[in-house]
Parts: sequence; C-alpha cells; structure tokens
Amino acid sequence: MKYKCILDFGGAPTLDDSNAIAPEQLVQRHALSGRSLLAVLHAIQDELGFVPPATVAPLARAMNLSRAEVHGVLTYYHHFRTRAAAPVTVQLCRAEACRSMGTEALAQHIEARTGCRFDAEPRHGEHAVVELESVYCLGQCALSPALTINGTLHAKLTPSKFDALLATEVKRVEETA
Amino acid sequence: MTRIYVPRDSAALALGADALADAIAREAAQRGVAIELIRNGSRGLLWLEPLVEVATPRGRVGYANVDVTDVTSLFDAGFVDASFNGSAHSSHVGIVDEIPYLQKQQRLTFARIGITDPLSTDDYLAHGGLEGLKQALTADGDAACEALIESGLRGRGGAAFPAGIKWRTVRGAKAAQKYIICNADEGDSGTFSDRLIMESDPYVLIEGMIIAGIVTGATLGYVYVRSEYPHAIATLEAAITRARDAGWLGGGVLGSAHRFELQVAKGAGAYVCGEETALLESLEGKRGIVRAKPPVPALVGLFGQPTVINNVITLATVPIIFARGAAFYKDFGMGRSRGTLPFQLAGNIKQGGLVELAFGVTLRELIDDYGDGTASGRPARAVQVGGPLGTYLPESQWDIPLDYEAYAAVGAVVGHGGIVVHDDTSNLAELAQYAMHFCALESCGKCTPCRIGSTRGVEVIARIRNGDTSTRQVQLLRDLCDTMVSGSLCAMGGMTPYPVLSALDHFPEDFGLDAVQPNAAAA
Repeated sequence: MKYKCILDFGGAPTLDDSNAIAPEQLVQRHALSGRSLLAVLHAIQDELGFVPPATVAPLARAMNLSRAEVHGVLTYYHHFRTRAAAPVTVQLCRAEACRSMGTEALAQHIEARTGCRFDAEPRHGEHAVVELESVYCLGQCALSPALTINGTLHAKLTPSKFDALLATEVKRVEETA
Repeated sequence: MTRIYVPRDSAALALGADALADAIAREAAQRGVAIELIRNGSRGLLWLEPLVEVATPRGRVGYANVDVTDVTSLFDAGFVDASFNGSAHSSHVGIVDEIPYLQKQQRLTFARIGITDPLSTDDYLAHGGLEGLKQALTADGDAACEALIESGLRGRGGAAFPAGIKWRTVRGAKAAQKYIICNADEGDSGTFSDRLIMESDPYVLIEGMIIAGIVTGATLGYVYVRSEYPHAIATLEAAITRARDAGWLGGGVLGSAHRFELQVAKGAGAYVCGEETALLESLEGKRGIVRAKPPVPALVGLFGQPTVINNVITLATVPIIFARGAAFYKDFGMGRSRGTLPFQLAGNIKQGGLVELAFGVTLRELIDDYGDGTASGRPARAVQVGGPLGTYLPESQWDIPLDYEAYAAVGAVVGHGGIVVHDDTSNLAELAQYAMHFCALESCGKCTPCRIGSTRGVEVIARIRNGDTSTRQVQLLRDLCDTMVSGSLCAMGGMTPYPVLSALDHFPEDFGLDAVQPNAAAA
C-alpha cells in the first residue's frame, strides 16, 4: 500500500483562508496583556494548529510591535508553522543518537513507504495527507530511533513498527474525514 | 492491596506505558483483584522500560519490557501476590534496588526518581524533600553563597561555571526585581537528564529554584522548557500548581516572609536558545539571538535585571547540598570537578539510561560495565561526549577520567554528560558533515563565522567526501574551523568544529584520507 503524499484531501483545513480563520478575533483572544509574543504565538498555534500569516498585522498592532518583528519571531522558530499540518504528520529525529541507531535508513524507508520527501513544501493549492518533518532530539536518546506521529511519541522504531503506526493513523484519518 | 507501579515518564510512554497501565487496571478489575496502581517516574534504567514494579515485603520487584500482551500471563503467574517470587516469568528482573546498574550508582540529584509518584507532595516530603529549603530559610544569604562555592558545584549545562559565584553576583546586585531562570532547553542529542528530573522529580527542581530565590533576593522564576518536551511541561505545570497549593510557592514560602513565584515558559524549537543570552531574548518574546557578553546575565539579564540562569541539573542539585552540607557533596568527585554528574548512556548502547556517578569514572567503565556494549553487538568505535558540540573520542581516549579539566586537556568536553556511542559501521565524515549541517540549520545568524562558516563547512566536507582529498581542501576545512572557534560569539559556532576536527584527526580514513594528517599535531 502506497500513500500519496500530495493530493486533494477533503477533510483538511485550508492553508490560510483568512475569512474562516478571523485573524482579528484570534489575536484579540490570545494577545493578553503580560504575555510575550512567543507565548501569544503558542496560544494561537495551540488553538488552530498553525499561525496564519494574516495574523501578523493585527498582532503587530495589538502588541505595539512592527510587522517585521512579528514576522521575524514567527519564522525564526522551527516549532511555529504558518500553514495547517497534514492529517498525518511524522516528526523523525535525525540527530546523533538516533543516527547511531539507523535513523537515516529508517528515513529512507519512510520516504519510500509514503512516497513523500522529508521537509518538502507542498505545492501551492495542494494539501498533503502525509507530511514528513526532520526534528533534532526528542529526548529519547537511550531508546533510539524516536519519532512522533501526530504528536504521539514512539521509541525504538523499526521499519515494521513504523508501517503499523502509519497504517493506524491513516485509517483513523480516513474514518474521521 | 498490592501496589503496582507503571512509569509515566515519556520514555515509558513512548513504549506504550499508558496502554499497559490501562490493561493492568482492566485485568485486575476483571479478576476481582484489588490493586493500587501508581504512576511513578522512571528509574532511569531506560533499556528496561516499560519497567513495571510490584511492592512486596522484600522490596519492589521489577518486570522489564512489559507489553500489553504480557499482562494476562503476569496475572496468571500471580505477580500481584506478594509472596510470588516472580522468577517464573520471563520479564522478571528481581528486586529493582538490587539491579547492579542501579545499585552501583551514586544517586544524589536523582535520589528519588522512579521511587516516588512525581506529583505527590506527600511522597516528596517522605523522601527527604524540602530539607534543603528549610536550611536555606534559616541560613544567612552570604554564608549560603559561600557554602555553595565551597561545595564545588559547577554549572551542569556544560559551561561548568561555579554556581555559587553566579549566585553571589546576583545577590550583591541592587535591583527592584531579580529573576531565577532555569534553562531546560535540553536540545543536545544524547542528553535526557533534565527531562528525567522534570518528569520524574519536578519538586526537587522547584525546591532548588526557591532556594536560589531566597538566597539571591529574586522573587520570580521561569523554567524555560523546550517545546519538544510536552510531557515535561505538563508535569512541571501540575507540580507548580500543587506546590503553590501546599504553600511552598507564593506569598510566604513555607510560612516565612519570603515570596517566590514560578512559571513555565515554552520554547519553540530553536537549539541556540539553550545558550543563556539567546534564551533570555526568547523569554522576552523575541527571536532567540545571542547577546554579546559582557555584561553578564547575573548583572544585566532578563529585561535588563540581575538574573540567575542555571541548568536544570544545577538547580536540582542545590537542595541536597543545602540539606547535607557543602562538605558532603564536595566529598564526591576529583580535582576541581566536585560532586556527581548524571551521565546519559545513549545511542548505540545495549543498556541505555541514566548513570549518576562521581566525576572521575571513565568512558570504558560506563560503556562496558553499565552499558554492556553496543546495542548492535558490534564493536564500539567512536563516542561523542557532551552533545552535538562535543568531540568524538576514539578508543585510545576511553580511559581518561571524566573530569572537566582532564577532558579539556585533550580538547574534549564533558558538557552536560551526554554519551552517544557509535559502532564500527559509523562514518565519521558523514557525522562531521552533519555537525556542520546542524549548525547551519540552528545558527541564530548574528555572527558571520557561525552563519556562513557552517554552510561553507558542509560544502568543503562534501567535496572531500566526494573524492577531492587534496591538502588544499583539508587545509581549507581546518582554516574554516579555526575561524569558527576563534571568531564566533557563542558555543554554537565556536564548538561545532570540535566534532568536525576530532573526526578528521582520529578517523581520517572515513574522509578518504591517509592516517597521518599534516596538521593533526597542531590542531
């Protein structure tokens, strides 16, 4: 079974549909006094799954910053995403400890299995079902290799263990779509 | 009623501990067996996770690598029966406290992990919790700083600066608001000791921070935790709430006149924010860009105010020093490296986990006696100590005692105590190129040697690996490393050459080079 990486997926949220997202209200809800910009961006992403670029201008106004400063912080940190994550998002650790236990070979297996590339940007207007991200250390270095799939942590990964996890997640997504 | 322990640490969770705990509870209910299920922290014996423990009159009996499918057979064998000796079951590992890996350790900072329920304040108090804080509340602040200096405790994040001197500087600074910041941005691959403290004994960190506040006159603390540690963040936040309810935090710490408040701040996936000044910028809500020093954060720190910024392990070690005295702690260790360090056995290792020992132990002892060799069963070949910015040590250096000065003498770093083992299938040229690649990904961009040098480093190593092994290319790489070491603003650019040059010097064959390097002696 192959999972197409890029295809139109009915259930996925739109990339940055400003009307649906209502950036002004988002900012009002989260840009509370005493909160740092980083904390506000976390709050927005925790609610929505990503930080829409349309929130940059209202955030700048609300926090008395320049748009450049807000954009700078939003794009500096790897954790923040400016578009929705794919319904199945895999974050594989590519750092030293996991390398010593074959994470690079596992990465090749994952790419072959899913037909996706790590850290690839989706083409405009297309929504990925599976998205592969490289991360650097999940703190499970004695139980390498480690990954998260839709935020859930797994350790001591093998190709067959990955296949089973992927099948479970894809099935769950298809059922909820 | 039999007590059964199933860890809630994320290492156990990553191997299915939640489903396991559910299955045990379900099976017990079905069989009508009364059990008390406790979600303890991890013992740090990570290769045994999920490690289920059953309380018996002889001590807590362990069952290792337990899977949901083992639950029925465990109950069939009678593992909830206190008289059951357990050895009939294949997962049985005996009395956990008697496992040599654990028994031989010198657990000071990690004395409680895995034994207690991490969120139980009663458990914490029953196991010596708050003894250090009580001492600090009666001590004179100047004397407390001197005692901390006397204990020899140095910054455990990697820089190894004496903690007491930092505290004395902040104590002596005049300001309306001072801060205590815990650096929990544990981004080094091969390290997980900060995570273990936060998930398995969060109160010891909280106690250490309160003591820091009382001694230095700071009333507000932040724990800056990386976003990759959601379980640690959740555990800390729950622990802080309970500590506040118990009167440990807030307006009157333990009924004293001291005030101390504590908050968790979440990082956002930037490795360089583990550098203290980048962390300060990030905590202020900005991009995590390194600041030039001086001024030091102890004088001009968060929002320009005097700030203690210490690593998790440094702060979590403070309570035992205050409880047992400087002399007790100083008695461990060697040379100017006093006390213990939690070594983290990681990577290609059969028995990976946390090994807290006094300074002076060797890599060979850790890898052979504790780690039991590689996970792959192949010979170990290179060991990276101290995270992605640490050197790769070949076997000829595995008998050097782990001590800050002894390691520095061979151009290596002890750092945060992370030990990543690579077997004989490793390619050190590839790992060197990766080190430069990682620096390029994570450089904050403020200084040129790091921002541009890292990318040029990836390119030149790629050229050598592609067959251009001319002296010109190798010299270029060495010159580039020299520029990065001497010209970078912080350790990110300044130490990325450590793994690169050690790979080049000790494993030239992986680069397609002859064993003797023209400049190896000078490097």
